[in-house]
Amino acid sequence: MSPNHSFELCLRMGDNGLILGQRLAEWCGHGPILEQDIALTNISLDLIGQARLWLSLAGQIEGQGRDEDKLAYFRDANEFRHLNLCEQPNGHWGTTILRQFLFDAFHLPLLEQISKFDDPQLASIAQKCVKEVRYHLRWSSEWAVRLGDGTEESHEKMQQALADVWPFAGEAILANAFDLELAEINPAYNIQMVNKAWWSTVNDVFNQANLEVPAANWAPQKGREGIHTERLGFILAEMQFLPRAYPDAQW
Amino acid sequence: MHNGKWSLDQIHDWLSAVKDPEIPVLNIHDMGILRSIDILGDELVVVAIAPTYSGCPAMNTIANDVRRILQSKGIPRVEVVESLQHPWTTDWLSAEAHEKLEAFGIAPPQIGSPDKTALFSKAVTVPCPQCKSRNTQLVSQFGSTACKALYRCSDCQEPFDYFKCLR
Repeated sequence: MSPNHSFELCLRMGDNGLILGQRLAEWCGHGPILEQDIALTNISLDLIGQARLWLSLAGQIEGQGRDEDKLAYFRDANEFRHLNLCEQPNGHWGTTILRQFLFDAFHLPLLEQISKFDDPQLASIAQKCVKEVRYHLRWSSEWAVRLGDGTEESHEKMQQALADVWPFAGEAILANAFDLELAEINPAYNIQMVNKAWWSTVNDVFNQANLEVPAANWAPQKGREGIHTERLGFILAEMQFLPRAYPDAQW
Repeated sequence: MHNGKWSLDQIHDWLSAVKDPEIPVLNIHDMGILRSIDILGDELVVVAIAPTYSGCPAMNTIANDVRRILQSKGIPRVEVVESLQHPWTTDWLSAEAHEKLEAFGIAPPQIGSPDKTALFSKAVTVPCPQCKSRNTQLVSQFGSTACKALYRCSDCQEPFDYFKCLR
């Protein structure tokens, strides 16, 4: 793998964690019950911690003196490489659960692949993340089942929420040009296998949750190439305001 | 290793004073997060620590405490690096750490617990650290800090933290 490939992969992984973690942090103090408020902010903290690891490695590989903060706070929307799924709004509790579940079901098998890379830096970060993400997936699956297979009202709300987030899920498991190029030079990377694992988890959980896979097609999304939905600008405005207004601010 | 001023053993001892800020009964030896100490010449000591959870805010405090304590012992330059080479696991908690946790009211990680499976695994049976009853239930996989889950004892009715398995 060339440094450019590693850099790009680190940005993708880091930006997924950073943006989804920022979204989840919006729930802080607003969760339906205290324990679940804490659970979500724990997941948010894990994802942002993981983003720090990926982005600081990205900065090292790039060698232009950008650290994780520079990469998080001083890039514009078109330089972010996360899936557009990650930036979608929280909606209600069920929307947040399903967005999380669809992401976790992709995140885990991908991390398992990267943890077997020959590159020791990429592999060791992935090995660290994998342990945390197993808990994320378990949590989001259990909630998907509890609400999908809950009352008539909860089931209906979940099916509707699924219709909202579903079109964005395809981007996670469909290979783009970068994925194909990377797979060619690094056989340990295989988005088709991630795709398979994702479908198997999704089918398994939806069966138990009594949820139906929506008939709608994937919406074409190019978040990984820096083309984002209108949601991202608002996230960045909030997240980046302070370091941009006061670039030398310290705790 | 020894440079005539401080020995490895000495530094090791001094670092016993560095506690986990969230669980003040455990020091960094108990936690298994102190990975290596390197004495480089007369001026510099490099301490490698393994982060527990990626986002754990305690790691910053721990790194600061390591620097502060070693500098107070007269070591001019102390570098703390985070070592990712072997990811930290709760298997590295010492036997002593298990006892200290339980005495402090936090149930220690259950050896061989099935936390490895992601989907729909049964929650492990965690004995209550207060009354030792095994009649307890999981309230949430995520507790007051990244490393803990929240349980409740169905006999003594006390809620308690469980230091969950990470492996």
